[in-house]
Amino acid sequence: MGVRTWIEGWPVYRQLTGTDPLGRGAAAKSARSETLTARTETADSVARSVCPYCAVGCGQRVYVKNGRVTQIEGDPDSPISRGRLCPKGAASKSLVTGDLRQQKVRYRRTYATEWEDLNLDTAMDMIADRVLAARDETWEDVDDAGRPLHRTMGIASLGGATLDNEENYLIKKLFTAMGALQIENQARI
Amino acid sequence: MAEAHPVGFQWVMEAKARGAKVYHIDPRFTRTSALADSYVPIRAGTDIAFLGGIVRYILENELDFREYVVAYTNAATIVSEDYRDTEDLDGLFSGFDRTNASYDQTSWQYEGQERNAVAHDTETQRETAAALQHESHGTAVGGDAERDETLRHPRCVYQILKRHFARYTPEMVERVCGTPREKFEEVARAWTENSGRERTSMLVYSVGWTQHSVGVQYIRTGAIIQLLLGNVGRPGGGILALRGHASIQGSTDIPTLFNLLPGYLPMPHHALHPTFDDWINGIRHPRQKGFWGNAKAYAVSLLKAYWGDAATPGNDFCYDYLPRMTGDHGTYQQVLNMIDGKVKGYFLLGQNPAVGSAHGKAQRLGMANLDWLVVRDLYLIESATFWKNSPEVETGEIVPEECRTEVFFIPAASHVEKEGTFTQTQRLLQWREKALDPPADCRSELWFFYHLGRIVRQKLAGSTRQRDRALLDLNWDYPTHGVHAEPSAEAVLREINGYEVATGRPLSMFTEMKDDGSTAGGCWIYCGVYADGVNQAARRKPGREQSWVAPEWGWAWPANRRILYNRASADPDGRPWSERKAFIWWDGDAGEWTGHDVPDFEKTKPPSYRPPAGAAGVEAIAGDDAFIMQGDGKGWLFVPAGVLDGPMPTHYEPAESPVRNPLYGQQANPIRKVYDQPVNPLNPSPPEASSHVFPYVFTVSRLTEHHTAGGMSRNVKYLTELQPEMFVEVSPELAAERGLTHLGWAHLVTSRTVIEARVLVTDRLTPLRVDDRIIHQVWLPYHWGYEGLSRGDSANDLFGITLDPNVLIQESKVGTCDVRPGRRPTGPAVLDLVADYYKRSGNLLAHYPPIVTTETASGREA
Ligand code: SF4
Repeated sequence: MGVRTWIEGWPVYRQLTGTDPLGRGAAAKSARSETLTARTETADSVARSVCPYCAVGCGQRVYVKNGRVTQIEGDPDSPISRGRLCPKGAASKSLVTGDLRQQKVRYRRTYATEWEDLNLDTAMDMIADRVLAARDETWEDVDDAGRPLHRTMGIASLGGATLDNEENYLIKKLFTAMGALQIENQARI
Repeated sequence: MAEAHPVGFQWVMEAKARGAKVYHIDPRFTRTSALADSYVPIRAGTDIAFLGGIVRYILENELDFREYVVAYTNAATIVSEDYRDTEDLDGLFSGFDRTNASYDQTSWQYEGQERNAVAHDTETQRETAAALQHESHGTAVGGDAERDETLRHPRCVYQILKRHFARYTPEMVERVCGTPREKFEEVARAWTENSGRERTSMLVYSVGWTQHSVGVQYIRTGAIIQLLLGNVGRPGGGILALRGHASIQGSTDIPTLFNLLPGYLPMPHHALHPTFDDWINGIRHPRQKGFWGNAKAYAVSLLKAYWGDAATPGNDFCYDYLPRMTGDHGTYQQVLNMIDGKVKGYFLLGQNPAVGSAHGKAQRLGMANLDWLVVRDLYLIESATFWKNSPEVETGEIVPEECRTEVFFIPAASHVEKEGTFTQTQRLLQWREKALDPPADCRSELWFFYHLGRIVRQKLAGSTRQRDRALLDLNWDYPTHGVHAEPSAEAVLREINGYEVATGRPLSMFTEMKDDGSTAGGCWIYCGVYADGVNQAARRKPGREQSWVAPEWGWAWPANRRILYNRASADPDGRPWSERKAFIWWDGDAGEWTGHDVPDFEKTKPPSYRPPAGAAGVEAIAGDDAFIMQGDGKGWLFVPAGVLDGPMPTHYEPAESPVRNPLYGQQANPIRKVYDQPVNPLNPSPPEASSHVFPYVFTVSRLTEHHTAGGMSRNVKYLTELQPEMFVEVSPELAAERGLTHLGWAHLVTSRTVIEARVLVTDRLTPLRVDDRIIHQVWLPYHWGYEGLSRGDSANDLFGITLDPNVLIQESKVGTCDVRPGRRPTGPAVLDLVADYYKRSGNLLAHYPPIVTTETASGREA
């Protein structure tokens, strides 16, 4: 490496002489960073999404490559967030891809001390059976005065507020048709 | 706000850079305080006293925006001569009934309307959280009340308000809140000086405000100030409720709440609404002004969306398929019912009550007494493992081998693995595109419920039982796609929007909804989100390419209006109050309302319009009635019906407080919702003698780096690294008094349990001088639990269950406790410690704090 190359490789020199006096762009680049490509540039697809944590509703761009989320960034188009994300929004790639995330159904039998595996379809069928049984055991047709009740008090539900509107809509619709009244949400809490 | 809504706070900083002054009122000095112009300390649970002081300051000095107040509020309306104030009754309003601790609201009505406005008794309203229905509308009042626009009549709202708040002097504020008088006056001056024709001020609260036994009245007090100062419906004004979750607004609009149907339509009550007509007339009060006059069209459209062809005029659109309320079926009542063995099965959908709800032990004991529990989440949260790892397993209160609850954990899809809309804190719907399919067994809630419904319907096929008709007739045909047969979220959104039944044409506006069954629509206030067959919530025109209102980013309900009641941004004649604050105005030449936003008013109704005699509904709204959803078209300083604990806010101490209420004989909210159950003892409060056993005030809130019950943050490694451990903040003075050392341990005791935390000694908490005593407050984050990468005791375990009577939300932002140095005991010794506190405070087991604590008998006056 010649002296000249050595001096020009010094970021402060580039900062003082080049087009980046604040040293926040080209001047700060090393030889290695010159060769790097951002994950956002090589993604196969980008989805426009919204942060799932608080109710500010910051815009997110979700980058996917080879069937995996490779990066989640703030969306500069959003008039709400202008590209910013707080620590939670910025960590949401880890929320989605973290090792601790459960990807398989877990089943705890009555009086058991450990989890077991269970097939998803079997689980759905078992849950449907239990819903129908609980409903039948606790069905109330009319009150003491003969006025309609049309309900079951044997089933309860508590939902989080990261549910989509469409999801809440189907939840309420199905439970209401079942006669299940005790349907609640974080919005009460 | 900087702490819990950091990216939203950038706009506060932007305003500050342009000269706005920022005042932060909080029990603890936070990241927000650090960036504010002034930090104002306050004792937790005394906000009504503080804000009441501001109301008094405005009225005593006549600093209200008089033209606005006369034109747009009910200040001039005359109230019944039977009305008695808390001034007369030592902290109670007229109509109080000791036998069921509730109010008969008849005497609160406007003059001449005493007999026609009371829909049903307060106890039923409390049990069914009826006030929630008013989220989008006012209550039953006639549109033709008597007014005195000079505001001099002794029974006009303005004068009543003035008398009611007369005792909220700066000295009293200091005595109740512990806020130094100069600090209070600084806020009062700044707020009033910065409001009026040329300027507006905004009140921002986070929803911790709702978590009080007087939560609704907190917000009411804020609303009174903002109405008096002319700060509602105008740019830079209003009350901004910073909600805590991505779509918690959506979860109220399209509610999964026991007492509501979509669009704030009430779930029918067995005694009040046995028939379809009773139900409809209970929503649209005859003679009332405003858009609720069309309630039948909204209700019929919902039933058509639910039951399709089966819903006909001949069968009242399947009204009989709806389940009926008989009382309080809220989440806390449910949990107590679980403990009593009345509930068989429980679904948890992205929710973690073992950590997130008040009284964690009651939550866990309830879950341990079910037939089955279904948990849908990304991670194995505490509510999924209570049978294995909870504190009650440690104490022996839950024995896994004896716990019968069968638990299904069905992993959920994340927000990037499904499409759909969130409604953020300003009622704005934003559509998320799906980035990829969920892995392995992970599925969306849309998938789970669609397929659960499909399977249940299959199993019932051929049933002739009447009770199964509602399931079999259900309109449940959603197109599916992809490897997992995911139902189409767009198809669901389209149904929510509403459509013409005959043609399938999506509706553009809720005014198109019909009450004859020719339209269907799942949530009338969301009508328009799919106008022209276009997903309006998916609009993403960059902010920099449109006006500052950004109307083409997402879609806001109703009708894409970004500021509610924006008719009030113009004067009664339709001219902007000032050029600086112009937002919506009447264009006389074009004959229509125009401006920067979608007018929250009928587009071509001129300011001069006066309704014909006897008009009702939309027709009855005059051209200067800015509050178009209210029964009288006015913003309410005084609430004649619908707010159950009084027509005006009154300072009551929290249910657990170390302080005797300095303002009235009545200590705490006399109609708060209580559950007198063995699992739910409450700490004694004055006037009870043993209140000194729990001498300290504790409050809880969030950290930037964590999210609510921690399921979405304590499992994320970066966030856990940033905030690795549960802690409690204490002042240096309290540390000295209790022998606590910085970074050492402390434990906190209430009549429910004991928890431990690392100690952070900091002057972010200041001892307050309250009523001539020093009151110490401690602060805890409530994010921790016994699962995840970072584990710790749960702050919410400290709370008991006491609820606001209007909405049945728990008081979980303030309580009393004892603070002791060192770690807590473990195992069964935990129970011994709590039992010792019971003994010292005079056998708490047989104890429930008295509800009425005033010497004045309310019956005497009324
Ligand atoms: S990035 Fe932060 S501020 Fe923005 S929505 Fe997410 S949690 Fe809220």
